Amino acid sequence: MSEHNGHVLSVKLLTYILAVLLLLTFITVAATRVDFGYFKVVVALALATTKSLFVILFFMHLKYENRFIKFIVFMCFLILAIFIGMTFLDVAYR
Amino acid sequence: MSSHVHKDYHGAKLGMWLFLFTEVLLFGGLFVLYSVFLSKYPQEFHDAGKDLNVIIGTLNTVVLLVSSYFIALAISFIQRGDKQKAILFTWLTMAMALFFLVNKFFEWKAKFGHGIYPTSPHLAELPHGENIFFGLYYVMTGLHGIHVIIGMTVMGFMIHFLKKDAIRQDDFVKLENAGLYWHIVDLVWIFLFPLFYLVL
Repeated sequence: MSEHNGHVLSVKLLTYILAVLLLLTFITVAATRVDFGYFKVVVALALATTKSLFVILFFMHLKYENRFIKFIVFMCFLILAIFIGMTFLDVAYR
Repeated sequence: MSSHVHKDYHGAKLGMWLFLFTEVLLFGGLFVLYSVFLSKYPQEFHDAGKDLNVIIGTLNTVVLLVSSYFIALAISFIQRGDKQKAILFTWLTMAMALFFLVNKFFEWKAKFGHGIYPTSPHLAELPHGENIFFGLYYVMTGLHGIHVIIGMTVMGFMIHFLKKDAIRQDDFVKLENAGLYWHIVDLVWIFLFPLFYLVL
């Protein structure tokens, strides 16, 4: 029965991940207090994407899943990116 | 053979991930709507976004990140057979979810007090873009809030299952899937927070 025990994350690793996530949150807040126009959106979203990667890879165990799950998660976000990208092309060049 | 209960660990997890993809698209659609209106009404979004409280927003971000950490710990403990700690950290996850909702309640209450709520006369007088901003704010944080309430209910069931040994060291996929759901709720907030509270 223990064949599915999978990978057990240590308390230490999880605590490090939380620390990184909190640090990134404070960096996001501090960075967006400075007014540098539209670039602010890019910085905030880049930091949010970095945070998501930590949550997905470690908290959601994706790093330790099989290739199939990794592939379909990648496809899901690729489709979302196409969805957002196409909408923006439409809005920008209408 | 006769007493063997068939359990498909990988199938259960795959099913959960497929459900999460529908959640990603649900919120993804709303994020597209937000982005298109932001590019259409940058000034109005800027003016309206100033009304949101960055401190409450940051506090709620920290609360959700810590709650995600707690449920990840609960899974780690049940995998090592520490039932009591797994129950404790599932309770703590629920407590953080409640804390998030209490903050949200006071935030919305203050907005309502300023006459900013869907269909309010004050909102109708504001420029069209600001009206749209608050409409999106209530729909997106509201839908997210419903997910937090569902998450709390799910955690309640998980505590029950842990106590009844329906989740145990050799069969913990229910708790893992509950954790996956909770992390998606956290992920959505990771994007909602900068878009509504910070970038404007």
